[in-house]
Amino acid sequence: MRAWTWLHPVVALVLAPLLGGLIARTKAVLAGRIGAPLLQPYRDLARLLRKESVYSRTTTAVFRAAPMAGLAAVSVATLVVPFGGAPALLAFPGDFVLVVGLLAIGRFGTVLAALDTGSSFEGMGASREVQLAALAEPALFLALAAVGLAAQGTSLSGMQAASSVESWLRAGPALPLVAAALLAVVLAENARIPVDDPNTHLELTMIHEVMVLDHSGPDLAFILYGSALKLWVMGALLVNVVLPIRTGSAWTDGAVSLGGMALLAVAIGLIESSMARLRLTRVPQLLVGAATLAALALVLVLR
Amino acid sequence: MRLSGGPAFCYTLRRIALRGPLYCMLLILAAVGILLGGGAGAFLARDPGSRWTRLGPGAAHAACIVAALGVVLSWRGFLPHAVRLPWPAPFGSLSFALDPLSVWFLLPLLLLTALAASYGAAYMEDGRSHRPEGGRRPGTMWLFFDVLVASMLVVLTARNAVLFLVAWEVMALSSFFLVTWHDDREDAREAGWVYLVASHLGTAFLLAMFALLGARAGSFEFEAFAAASAAGPGGALFLLAVVGFGTKAGFMPFHVWLPEAHPAAPSHVSALMSGVMIKMGIYGLIRTLGFIGAPDGWWGWLLLGIGLLSAVGGAAFALAQHDIKRLLAYSSIENMGLVALGLGLGIMGIVAGAPAVTALAFAAVLVHVLNHALFKGLLFLCAGAVLHATGVLNLNRLGGLLRRMPRTGACTLVGAAAISGLPPLGGFVGEFLLFLAALQATLTPAIAVSGVTVLAGVSLVAGLAAAAFTKVVGIGFLGHPRSPEAEAAREAGGGLLGPMKALAVACVAAGLAWTAPFVFVFARHPEGGAWPLPAGAAIRDLLAPTWTVGLAAALVVLLFGALALLRRRLLRRRDARETVTWDCGYARPETRMQYSGTSYVDPLAGLFQPLLRTRLDFDPPAGFFPRSSRLSTTTPALFRKRLYEPAFGRLRTTLQRFTLLQHGRLQLYVLYIVVVLLLLLVLQARSAP
Repeated sequence: MRAWTWLHPVVALVLAPLLGGLIARTKAVLAGRIGAPLLQPYRDLARLLRKESVYSRTTTAVFRAAPMAGLAAVSVATLVVPFGGAPALLAFPGDFVLVVGLLAIGRFGTVLAALDTGSSFEGMGASREVQLAALAEPALFLALAAVGLAAQGTSLSGMQAASSVESWLRAGPALPLVAAALLAVVLAENARIPVDDPNTHLELTMIHEVMVLDHSGPDLAFILYGSALKLWVMGALLVNVVLPIRTGSAWTDGAVSLGGMALLAVAIGLIESSMARLRLTRVPQLLVGAATLAALALVLVLR
Repeated sequence: MRLSGGPAFCYTLRRIALRGPLYCMLLILAAVGILLGGGAGAFLARDPGSRWTRLGPGAAHAACIVAALGVVLSWRGFLPHAVRLPWPAPFGSLSFALDPLSVWFLLPLLLLTALAASYGAAYMEDGRSHRPEGGRRPGTMWLFFDVLVASMLVVLTARNAVLFLVAWEVMALSSFFLVTWHDDREDAREAGWVYLVASHLGTAFLLAMFALLGARAGSFEFEAFAAASAAGPGGALFLLAVVGFGTKAGFMPFHVWLPEAHPAAPSHVSALMSGVMIKMGIYGLIRTLGFIGAPDGWWGWLLLGIGLLSAVGGAAFALAQHDIKRLLAYSSIENMGLVALGLGLGIMGIVAGAPAVTALAFAAVLVHVLNHALFKGLLFLCAGAVLHATGVLNLNRLGGLLRRMPRTGACTLVGAAAISGLPPLGGFVGEFLLFLAALQATLTPAIAVSGVTVLAGVSLVAGLAAAAFTKVVGIGFLGHPRSPEAEAAREAGGGLLGPMKALAVACVAAGLAWTAPFVFVFARHPEGGAWPLPAGAAIRDLLAPTWTVGLAAALVVLLFGALALLRRRLLRRRDARETVTWDCGYARPETRMQYSGTSYVDPLAGLFQPLLRTRLDFDPPAGFFPRSSRLSTTTPALFRKRLYEPAFGRLRTTLQRFTLLQHGRLQLYVLYIVVVLLLLLVLQARSAP
């Protein structure tokens, strides 16, 4: 049963960029295009690692260290998030606070690196990023607290072990509420439509992309790979909640979770194909709404 | 057998420790004496540059060493280390004692005092300062600095209400003189005035509380208070304590003095005030909770409400500030709000009979108090170094300082990361414990709602704090300089950098190695006997996750190192070109086109506009070739403008009527005296047989 304890970090490190490929392929198919190969993100990373780096004269060591710090932190987060029905390597009460903290390291670095360039575009991206992060965090915490309460546990692995289809049937409509809140947080934190558009190159409308305008070469590869891992980590949180299916066989459970991740990627692709980015002033409402849904779920579970 | 050198010294120490607890306490009292003597010596120095002035910081150093020795010696067993001497003051006695709670608050006091004294000495002596001290005598500052430290030593060790209140008052007055040390500046005089009034109102509540406690216990010794703690309901006492101690701690809405007073003082004094002095309020509150009997549920809710208001409000106001030191002061309010949330949750745990919640929440309180002293002390010292180098504290006129002041910048970065709650630094551990307590509370049906409240509040506050401190570092230290002053900044001297580096190291160390001492404090807190805390071993289990956090953090550092090696290998044979920042083809980039601090926080601060009420002063560009345009924003101190100033204004108009009696004419005053004396005489004559 514990195979996935050791397997998950490896699988996450290997498969994370594939999520991006899946999303892009889904969008291409829906738009009637053939689209890039599924493995394109890997090729991009390999190409960036072979390129030179260009630095702005304004920047300091902060700009160079931030991509590495972010990638290191999110890699460690894969050790804390459980997957495939097995507990995580590092499991302890309140471990999701550590996951959020590790993701915060990456954000702190990216924001400072953006401000380090002295560019007003990147300042704008940083400014939006801290606004959305401050609002997304309560939603994430409340949603996970609702899951923890339903499962009577405070560690992610404990929540995963204790939640089952029956426990959610008992809790009633709390599951869809939590899932909706978590999905909103996943979309917002990973710079996806309807919060941010990862494809646009018009700086004024972007958040995450605009912050990394000045990064190049291996630094940019670290950032892209880190973002892919972040999507994997947060996606795994969502999949663990939505698919609490346990068959008893480690391989079946693992396959269910992997299928869930693929479904999530397709779902993100569907969302991105079917709606436009929200106006920036509306995004806080989306996130506050997500927090409200999570709070409502908590109330339902508490009842 | 003769021992020599080190072993002999240890042996002697051990003998002293065994001889009795008296010595430990006497060492602390000796430290108080040294401080008073050194302060007086520095004050009497004729010439500002004279060697006698050095007595001030020198005495602070000596006193810290002596007091630290006393603390170390008292470690053995923590028997009640008490000294009691008679004192002719009514109800007073000179009774002092050391217990784990006192020691816990003494640690940041001693550390920060020693470092702030070194920093202050270098700050005062360095002629390059951009803010000349205007002929002000450093001796005066050192007198009040030393008296402030001495009074805090007494506050933490006093075990008699009268002695405690006297020390409390000395603390308020000495810090008043430090706040107004720049008395040539109007804002400093104003800040001092607000501070003086607020302090005394707070003390009035404490006076009432101790009077009630004394009446109940029949004595003004803390021992007697604790013994009589079960004698009747303590609701009124609790309210008095929250207002009285909360004023010192800067709880909203009693915080009005804090954002005025802390920035007005010299930077090393701000560090001491924000790092340690406001914690005296927390200390007093915890101490009092041991006296006033079993808590009620509403006590917890009151503290949770105050904590939520202070934490969210403090963070939002911090976000909107332009001045680094004001931003730091508001952030102190936010952090004391987190502490109040911990206290409130702990009380809820006591009421609901959930010892795990209580232990975790009070653990969060203690850890956060210590960590806040470290990172807030560090950040105030860094702000002082910036002021020293540029003469500017307005973030919108700074920028690019990391290139010009790399060491100061690195220290600020560490402090900002710690206060933003990034693992593994100290700030994260406190927040983590608070989250853990809140999660534990959600699993306890009776107090689940309070747990959810804390969860939502703290996670919001963490995001706001991260925004405020990326603003400090990102706008102040990164990018291009926004003014000639910032352009010309030079690195601070070794005298300023030394204490900053020491605190930066302490911030990192506090995140990694802290559980052991604190388990010890908790398991043996004397008044804790009244609270249903789990046993020592159970506490260790509850706190075990923090070690895993340390492990994860070590992994992050290792991976970072590996990635750095990889990056170096990859870039080895390639050019790493340097060019301008990508500006989308714009031909003439200018430093003023950067995002400013105001624009950086605008989206987030905009969400709190109903609370902040930031005013825009905007001259928009007009015509085809606009000559000029101007935008300035100010965020008024809401509670002061909307609550206290109207209330005090009304009070003044009411009291104005009594100016009929007090008008300055001496003859009439003499007449009053004569009339009263005559009346007394008549009364006496009538009642006499």
